[in-house]
Amino acid sequence: MSLTEEELTMQITGDSSRTDSGDDVAEDVAEQSVLAPELKRLSRQTGEGSQELRPLQEIVIAGGPWPELEGDGQTMIINMGPQHPSTHGVLRMMMELDGETVVRAKPVIGYLHTGMEKTGEELTYVQGATNVTRMDYVSPLSNELVFATAVEQLLDVEVPERAIWMRMMLVELNRISSHLLFQATNGMDMGAVNMMLYGWREREEVLRVLEIITGLRMNHNFIRPGGLAADLPDGWQEAVLGVCKQVEAGIADYDKLLTENPIWQSRTVGVGVITTEQCMALSITGPVLRSTGFPWDLRKTQPYLAYDQVDFDVIYTDNGDCYDRYRIRLFEVLESVKIVRQCVAKMPGGDYRVQDKKITPPPRARIDESMEALIHHFKLFTEGFRVPPGETYARIESPRGEIGCYLVSDGTGKPVRMHVRGPSFYNLQAISPMMEGRMVADAVAIISTCDPIMGEVDR
Amino acid sequence: MTEAAYAYTTPTDALVAKFAGSVAIESHGQSVVHVDKSSLADVVEYLRVSEEFTMCLDVTAVDHLQDVERPQIDGIKRERFEVVVNLISHPRNIRIRLITQVPESDPSVPTLTSSFSGTSFPEREVYDMFGITFEGHPDLTRILMPDEWVGHPLRKDDAPARVPVTFKGDPGPR
Repeated sequence: MSLTEEELTMQITGDSSRTDSGDDVAEDVAEQSVLAPELKRLSRQTGEGSQELRPLQEIVIAGGPWPELEGDGQTMIINMGPQHPSTHGVLRMMMELDGETVVRAKPVIGYLHTGMEKTGEELTYVQGATNVTRMDYVSPLSNELVFATAVEQLLDVEVPERAIWMRMMLVELNRISSHLLFQATNGMDMGAVNMMLYGWREREEVLRVLEIITGLRMNHNFIRPGGLAADLPDGWQEAVLGVCKQVEAGIADYDKLLTENPIWQSRTVGVGVITTEQCMALSITGPVLRSTGFPWDLRKTQPYLAYDQVDFDVIYTDNGDCYDRYRIRLFEVLESVKIVRQCVAKMPGGDYRVQDKKITPPPRARIDESMEALIHHFKLFTEGFRVPPGETYARIESPRGEIGCYLVSDGTGKPVRMHVRGPSFYNLQAISPMMEGRMVADAVAIISTCDPIMGEVDR
Repeated sequence: MTEAAYAYTTPTDALVAKFAGSVAIESHGQSVVHVDKSSLADVVEYLRVSEEFTMCLDVTAVDHLQDVERPQIDGIKRERFEVVVNLISHPRNIRIRLITQVPESDPSVPTLTSSFSGTSFPEREVYDMFGITFEGHPDLTRILMPDEWVGHPLRKDDAPARVPVTFKGDPGPR
């Protein structure tokens, strides 16, 4: 196309002499006596020129049609995001398109970077949990658990049995709520808007149970180094078992709604395929890796907490496409429900935090009667505790994959380095190989089933 | 593959025997090998090819500028920066951590992207946050901070919030 914008304008307006700006032309028109008296009256009344009376043919359509691609490798680069409803936060995808086909795709991140790893170096180990819980804000308890595990490894303390089972139950409840959020947003991204309501409905029930136990819906700061912040409240069994039933009913609904749905299948089956070898090379973990036929779940293969004492299955599928990633997350919820039920049945008694005066604050009742307890409490929350020098890497299976915490201490009350290996950060690298060669409409499905949480990616 | 197929009983033994300057230690039950900066890429490639380490989980760095107490390890000269690489072997179900000392005067290490292309993002993050360059990286640009940012935020001498804030109506110093 060799036409300039001006020439295009002329063609559309059909008048090659009209090159003045709109206002001038309008004033000229108003002054001409050939106009109807009604129009003249209105133009005098407004006093701002005759903007309401501008003749129709003056509306300028700028731009014109896109230049035609010759098919000789002419491509176009477009940005999807960072402000896009289906990019799960502020992810920006740079996509090079040939027609509707994605030739190259590159995730551009950093729009939610808030320097949490730097902040972690400024906070004591007691305060650190409040920081890490805000990284992956959809599964905050996983972050707290991995941080607390790393601190406990450096301190060389073992938490009591009840704390282990409480942690396991909370993390599994959190996995349920995280996967339910995935079902909701994934459904909406693909156009199944009612899934947004259903997924949110069940997730809200799970968050309500977490609120009963921890006091907050999100960003709980409940799993702390040395144990947990509080014991389970009265009536927790009924609440937890009740929500298990609700979640199972919800999953049955989603299954009925989507799994055999031909529209759903045509949007997801065979879309965004990734192989096990690609996952290995690109450090991809979690449901994306399991969807390629590789049953790797740290809860089974390298058990932590008490996962070796509960009965559950690792869900995996063989195709590595969007449909499989959807199915894995759907059925992982049922496995988590199984684990939660066993936690309720087997919950041991005893203490919910380690009785080490260096780490654990004194009980609330002691503070009222003992000056030493008050001082001890004050010291613990202002200065924190000292951690012996060393370095460690703790890892657990978060809903998105392996979340790790690399912690380095120099013997003071604050870590030298607090690095969190966010699984979403690595899983984002899978988007490029999944997307390349696919249609641009599949991009939404691919981003959605990778389930990235930008708070964890950018930290 | 059975254990007998490997030339050494553990990968740490193999690294200590094969690569000069490697020191194996144990940190909280995890096997850690301090390797020389020049052999880092070779060590990772050896682990991938010969010891079935299938995934590089993490690449990160530590700035030890202001450490109050830093344990000494025999045979290792401690430098300001450390680059830390976490690897996992899925068939053998073991992990290993490699730590390399990187001096302040020459903050660069060879890239690992030729062995594991997934280290592209974390290496860019380490470059962005610490200013440690990875030689041979295909696209070593800032990843989290804006492209025009000056400095590397996770260095200990890069103070947070050092950008001066101007308050509206500030009367200035009295």
